[in-house]
Amino acid sequence: MPEIKVTPLGAGQDVGRSCILVSIGGKNVMLDCGMHMGFNDDRRFPDFSYITQNGRLTEFLDCVIVSHFHLDHCGALPYMSEMVGYDGPIYMTHPTKAICPILLEDFRKITVDKKGETNFFTSQMIKDCMKKVTAVNLHQTVQVDDELEIKAYYAGHVLGAAMFQIKVGAESVVYTGDYNMTPDRHLGAAWIDKCRPDIVISESTYATTIRDSKRCRERDFLKKVHETVERGGKVLIPVFALGRAQELCILLETFWERMNLKAPIYFSTGLTEKANHYYKLFITWTNQKIRKTFVQRNMFEFKHIKPFDRSYTDNPGPMVVFATPGMLHAGQSLQIFKKWAGNDKNMVILPGYCVQGTVGYKILNGQRKLEMEGRNTLEVKMQVEYMSFSAHADAKGIMQLIRMAEPRNVLLVHGEAKKMEFLKQKIEQEFSVNCYMPANGETTTITTNPNIPVDISLSLLKRESVPGALPDPKKPRIMHGTLIMKDNSLRLVSSEQALKELGLVEHHLRFTCRVHIQDPHSEQDTLNKIYSHLKTVLKDSSIQHLPDGTLMVESILIKVSTASEDPSTKILLVSWTYQDEELGSYLSTLLRKGLPSS
Amino acid sequence: MKLYCLSGHPTLPCNVLKFKSTTIMLDCGLDMTSVLNFIPLPLVHSSRLSTLPSWIMKDGNTILEKGFKDCAGRVFIDSLPEFCLPEKELLDLSTVDVILISNYHCMMALPYITEHTGFTGTVYTTEPTLQIARLLMEELVHFIERVPKDQSAVYWKSKEMWRLLPSSLKDAVDVTTWKPCYNIQDVNAALSKVQLVGYSQKIELFGAVQITPLSSGYSLGSCNWIIQSHYEKVSCVSGSSLLTTHPQPMEQSSLKNSDVLILTGLTQIPTANPDGMLGEFCSNLAMTIRSGGNVLVPCYPSGVVYDLLECLYQFIDSASLNSTPFYFISPVANSSLEFSQIFAEWLCQSKQSKVYLPEPPFPHAELIQTNKLKHYSSVYGDFSNDFKQPCVVFTGHPSLRFGDVVHFMELWGKSSLNTIIFTEPDFSYVDALAPFQPLAMKCVYCPIDTRLNFIQVNKLLKELQPLHLVCPEQYTQPPPSQVHRSDLMLDVQMPLMAYKRCSVLTLPFRRSFERIEILPQLADSLMPIEMKPGVSVATISATLHSKDNKHVLQPPLKTMVPPLSKKRKRVIEESTELKAPKPLLSGTIPVELFLATLHKNGITEVKMEDTSEGHILHLQEEDTLIQLEDDSTHIICDNNESLRSTLRDLVLRFLQKL
Repeated sequence: MPEIKVTPLGAGQDVGRSCILVSIGGKNVMLDCGMHMGFNDDRRFPDFSYITQNGRLTEFLDCVIVSHFHLDHCGALPYMSEMVGYDGPIYMTHPTKAICPILLEDFRKITVDKKGETNFFTSQMIKDCMKKVTAVNLHQTVQVDDELEIKAYYAGHVLGAAMFQIKVGAESVVYTGDYNMTPDRHLGAAWIDKCRPDIVISESTYATTIRDSKRCRERDFLKKVHETVERGGKVLIPVFALGRAQELCILLETFWERMNLKAPIYFSTGLTEKANHYYKLFITWTNQKIRKTFVQRNMFEFKHIKPFDRSYTDNPGPMVVFATPGMLHAGQSLQIFKKWAGNDKNMVILPGYCVQGTVGYKILNGQRKLEMEGRNTLEVKMQVEYMSFSAHADAKGIMQLIRMAEPRNVLLVHGEAKKMEFLKQKIEQEFSVNCYMPANGETTTITTNPNIPVDISLSLLKRESVPGALPDPKKPRIMHGTLIMKDNSLRLVSSEQALKELGLVEHHLRFTCRVHIQDPHSEQDTLNKIYSHLKTVLKDSSIQHLPDGTLMVESILIKVSTASEDPSTKILLVSWTYQDEELGSYLSTLLRKGLPSS
Repeated sequence: MKLYCLSGHPTLPCNVLKFKSTTIMLDCGLDMTSVLNFIPLPLVHSSRLSTLPSWIMKDGNTILEKGFKDCAGRVFIDSLPEFCLPEKELLDLSTVDVILISNYHCMMALPYITEHTGFTGTVYTTEPTLQIARLLMEELVHFIERVPKDQSAVYWKSKEMWRLLPSSLKDAVDVTTWKPCYNIQDVNAALSKVQLVGYSQKIELFGAVQITPLSSGYSLGSCNWIIQSHYEKVSCVSGSSLLTTHPQPMEQSSLKNSDVLILTGLTQIPTANPDGMLGEFCSNLAMTIRSGGNVLVPCYPSGVVYDLLECLYQFIDSASLNSTPFYFISPVANSSLEFSQIFAEWLCQSKQSKVYLPEPPFPHAELIQTNKLKHYSSVYGDFSNDFKQPCVVFTGHPSLRFGDVVHFMELWGKSSLNTIIFTEPDFSYVDALAPFQPLAMKCVYCPIDTRLNFIQVNKLLKELQPLHLVCPEQYTQPPPSQVHRSDLMLDVQMPLMAYKRCSVLTLPFRRSFERIEILPQLADSLMPIEMKPGVSVATISATLHSKDNKHVLQPPLKTMVPPLSKKRKRVIEESTELKAPKPLLSGTIPVELFLATLHKNGITEVKMEDTSEGHILHLQEEDTLIQLEDDSTHIICDNNESLRSTLRDLVLRFLQKL
């Protein structure tokens, strides 16, 4: 039995360092290659030694697919390709290919230059790694090799995020990456066709959440920002440079415009402008509304939002600052946070998911005294707010995607075990498909039972499908033929054609039975009697007189002759071929019983 | 399989392919050369055009004469311009299932095809093609609708007048099929039927065929289409380019192994080298500006104009044209320039890598930023304030019959300092200029057509090796103006079928196989027999389920237990129907072994007689004869059914069953 194996190296019952291995039809595919934000040691990267203990991965993997540019999905890519060693193809969409190296470089700078870590990938390695990347377009069918093909679908979530279908022969897997089933202010909703894969591997970040309408959350967010600014407080919004940041910028920009507010909005790091440029050039990846109006007004040209300078941190008066990174685990957002945390007029709004171990995670869970480096503790007096703006599908959305794709199995990754368990039950109930949630390093095996494709001769197909009248499409038809298996090809042909192709001569097997009946009339009369007798018994068969005085029932011949010794005894010769065995045997038995005396 | 050819224009094709129960239209190009027979539509009242003399006919038919104007010996219809549509009578357009578009120029007849014809299908094309086609259509509608014109010519299309028409019209394709321009509602309705596709996307049509667009290298989002089933492949190569301009390069290898290749859209100017023309364009432009004249470049709002701007961007400094204003005037100029920057996926490698930086892929963004290039929606409004001479103006329409270009012709035509440079290859420049004669303005002809030339296509076809080639008849002979140039035609080995407008070709296909799937349960139940080394056979009896043109074989239904009812007979018959027929037999019965077997089964008294073809066995006790020959066996017996079936089974032991 063919089977598909799925092993998460990361993101199995966890969020972070997404990396899932799939074996399908003899091909091995790595889905995402991310890092974990919550760790600073070896656990930061997926454990590639699972694939091989010694050295390079090239010969063990047919391709690597990266779903989007978030570091928990691509952060380990240069490590994997350049330090562990992988020279095969890497696939991602154009925006991901454009933005991914920038974020990797950023990540590298923070880790190496600021934290002083060694044994980390270098800028050159990022460049070399990106050279191995092939960019794919949405819906383009990419032939990785003769058998393996992949296809990208729009996933929403962030600019360029994609879901991927991986297909070998009749077997297929869909990997969702991170996705969003509701359009937001700058991106559209994920979409997939009814591709009926064997497995959907879905993220499940918000497995148990059913979020209220986006509009309410937006109103809430604006209210909180507005209130804080009104009372002269400062608002810190930790974000990742690309993604949520743009959505919130659009939101604040329009709000500022409408309310005619004057408090400055800043966006940290030089990435901003560049990031907005990417949005402008990849506008085809944004939502319908932005695409439609971009010629008149480009939504990514902001009037109210200015670049941030470190010196502004201590400026008096209200301000709103977007700062990276989004989980307060390093960089500028953490620095600003440290300065503003002590003032209860200020507010920090965390608009996205925070991984365990990060400062963001800690303060969201109510911790108000934080241990900082150098044994200092930081007391958090500022207000801490959480607003779920991260563009993940909620429980409803996940169910919706499963309904769209109609998979035979579902496998959950990228979520917390407890929440997954809940969703797993729901999925199994609603769709009556198996749902799996393997932990890291745990392999799920699914046996598939694909149909076997065969070439059928058109004459056979047509012959069977038109038995005289128009076929009834609802009624299954019976088909008889011969399957020829030769050099890996399977062909279904009629038996006659099979004989011919195999160079065989048909062997005709014929039976002739002599049946004696008593009938004093002439041979012609006897024949007519038989004719009418058979007509009443076999209503649906064709019975006809042939010119040479024989009777033909379907293809069975009946001949009448008079016995030489007794003119009242007639000898019937019933003759049929082996192919008519049933009817021939039936007829000879029937006639043996004699004719009805009418 | 049939091909209906609805257009005779080799670069603006419209063919309909009937393939495996699907009806697929390939492109719907609009032949606009018909507009050259019409008087230009000036933006502002032109006393010259309105006072042109009426055409004087020999036999003085005044009704007809009124509708025609004479300009320097050429006759023009004094009416709103009309276009030559694809043939609509050759087949019922409502039966077309899908329309595949290869590039935006080959889409301009779409509203005529999809609206008011009963068409209910889907149109497939790429996003850039859709967006730019929308711009081209909007511009066209805008150009025609903004200058209301009273219809002076009414009678010229009636049948009786036809023989009286000037020869240019008499030679043209049936003028009665010409139609005025569509309106914006039709454009919107037509474009709403478009389904977007990406390069190399595989799209299933009704489960019967698969279609795939491939990059063709000619324009943004342009594509060639592959239409295939599991056994047949038709490639439609339409408007392809091997030159390195802005679009993604042409994908060639997927076109290999085609049964039929339909070739349209080769270069219209096979004698001109696009690179050379580009150089000439720049030098003529610079020369005119230096001598204080203006340059007029009639163009479409998208396509080659991007390359011209890029070329000028590099040329401006060296030719010290830094202070010369460049104007791009079109109702869709801004949209076109903006749209060109957002299709990174559809661009060539070097432009793609600029987007990764991130920088705009086309340098006209910089020209706009530095105020060297300015765009306006028309000559009205801001333009008249900003307008400085000498300058360079890019504007439409290339036919010089409508659009802002007509205004500049009237404005600049009288001065020999000015130059008009033709770069678009779709219209004869002599015909285009005819209603403006006499002209003092210089005229330069540098047509830039990046589509395949004959050398390229002959080489390409040699590599692709399609089994059959279909092309417009124009490609099978040298152009009429250069009869001796036998290099300006197709030179191929494979059989070639040429078409003209209204041809119906029967494509040489013999389909003999179809794809079917066998359920694994059924496959498990099969019992293959090895007939020869490496060749096995198995007989199959199964139920066939066909849905959406997909066929699946499932294990046969178990014969139902006949319910006890009056209709017993019927039930029995039905159940026999479900039984497998007897297999075909093959092989020869070895007499000695057969005799031995008979012995074993208790039939001992056998008399054997040799005949010319084989043997006759006489089973004396049972009074039964068995005729054995190499490929036939005949059992003749009396009333003994059990013996007969025993003998049958014994014979069958020695034969192979299929």
